[in-house]
Amino acid sequence: MHGAQAGTDGELDLIKAIPVRHPGRWIGGAVILLFVALAAQSLVTNKNFRWDTVGKYLFDVLVLQSIGWTLLLTVAAMVLAITLAILLAFMRQSENPLFRYVSWVWVWFFRGTPVYTQLVFWGLVSVLYPKIIFGVPFGPEWFSFNTQDIITALVAAMVGLGLNESAYLAEIFRAGLKSVDSGQMEAAEALGMRRSKIMWRIVLPQAMRVIVPPTGNETIGMLKTTSLVLAIPFTLDLTFVTNTIANRTYLPIPLLIVAAIWYLVITSLLMVGQFYIERYYGKGVDNVTHKPVKATAAAAAAHAGGTPNSSGTVKGQQP
Amino acid sequence: MTETSANPRKQGADVKPLVSIENVHKFFGDHHVLQGIDLQVNPGEVSVIIGPSGSGKSTLLRCINLLETISAGRIYVHDALIGYRERNGRLHDLSSKQIANQRREIGMVFQRFNLFPHKTALQNVIEAPTQVKHQSKTAAKLKAHELLEMVGLSDRANYYPAQLSGGQQQRVAIARALAMEPELMLFDEPTSALDPELVGDVLEVMKSLAKSGMTMIVVTHEIGFAREVGDTLTFMDDGMVVESGNPREIIANPQHRRTQEFLSRVL
Repeated sequence: MHGAQAGTDGELDLIKAIPVRHPGRWIGGAVILLFVALAAQSLVTNKNFRWDTVGKYLFDVLVLQSIGWTLLLTVAAMVLAITLAILLAFMRQSENPLFRYVSWVWVWFFRGTPVYTQLVFWGLVSVLYPKIIFGVPFGPEWFSFNTQDIITALVAAMVGLGLNESAYLAEIFRAGLKSVDSGQMEAAEALGMRRSKIMWRIVLPQAMRVIVPPTGNETIGMLKTTSLVLAIPFTLDLTFVTNTIANRTYLPIPLLIVAAIWYLVITSLLMVGQFYIERYYGKGVDNVTHKPVKATAAAAAAHAGGTPNSSGTVKGQQP
Repeated sequence: MTETSANPRKQGADVKPLVSIENVHKFFGDHHVLQGIDLQVNPGEVSVIIGPSGSGKSTLLRCINLLETISAGRIYVHDALIGYRERNGRLHDLSSKQIANQRREIGMVFQRFNLFPHKTALQNVIEAPTQVKHQSKTAAKLKAHELLEMVGLSDRANYYPAQLSGGQQQRVAIARALAMEPELMLFDEPTSALDPELVGDVLEVMKSLAKSGMTMIVVTHEIGFAREVGDTLTFMDDGMVVESGNPREIIANPQHRRTQEFLSRVL
């Protein structure tokens, strides 16, 4: 492109302005570098960090297993929470008043009580209801379970975290649905689409642009919240396992560092995932170029024919 | 009111109107937006509604496909009462499914296009045929390409709305409505949000649609379009029909003072 502008005609005097100098940025950068160097030096020279212990336990089999459990808890709780949140947000927007009230009460309850309390409760469910019985109230009993066999510590952890999170996510999803222009709903209604289909195919995909960033935030939050499952008690997650090792070895600091490193690594991976999800739901809106999506041969030809290709012009000018 | 109390549908006149709006009232709270509207549209007719903003013309249009509910009166499309079932002299609300079925027969084009921004032009056009009529994707795409060609956008099938000009978006919106093969098309100020140089293309598409025999109700400020394409012209003000009849006669020789004033401002 600049080739065309700096052409031989010489009439066009391109602007080559001298940029504003920013000495403050250089000084600030130097100060920050100094602090980074100081921090690095202390990390290396302060023996109390016990980097040898960090290295020893970073890939310890117990630690690696606990990462697996932490990831499982995070993913399972978020999947449950997102599923419920979509349902709750749709219910909240429903024309059916029953759905609206149920959704409101759900959010009120699960958002209004501490997640720690809820986790302890789920751990105690088998004390409260030792048996789960299916049957007619005051009538015959069809089949029953021991609650302990169904609500294991793992299930209690997943359900406890998931239900609590669903209340927060429901509000995020509701905000997302409300952010979509009402004209979208009207256009879809005018085409004869039913409400549930409109929500699922037209409104939700557009709302996702608004929903994904805070949901990513919540997922990262959930990763750390899984450390509360000791309330149940569920004892296989990253925080509990590193604490146990720390208590056994009397070396809390290096094991805190081990846990912190792994939480950071997982968070970084989640952020990469979020980037791609955001890009997917931004289609048609964010970073729109002037190219068709999947150009068919005919469309591409028509497009190329319509706008003279600029590189061709440049070539023509070069003798 | 220029319309007489005659109701051709009940009197069994020669041509049955496709759309029959009978003494329709609409309140928004205390605001009496529509104050007894009567309007008939025969099959294949282009009925143009003009009037100052706030006169209720868009509201009337939106009542026909139930984006608004009416407070009194009746609207019939193809002899079907819109929005209600009448039984033993009482009106019963239609279910959401029945309402959706009524809307399938009525295409609507909006002032602000309202294309689905996350779908390409082609995906916009095939959305309702595949999702509502359960046509196969292949069949719907074939038809969609024809429609996009008709509106002059065959080379823009794979573009997102944000990549199209306003005029192009509105033509995709027309194609999207036509994909459901409606028997009636409603246009709600289809060119009001467009840059002046883009209006012509959209009006051309509407003209060719009118020529093909589509029944159309068009709310617009394009007096030229009304004169050239319209079969009837209705002037509304303050929620009432002030004057209605042959567009060329009304535009050349308006009978009512309010019509005269309005036309002198827009012409």
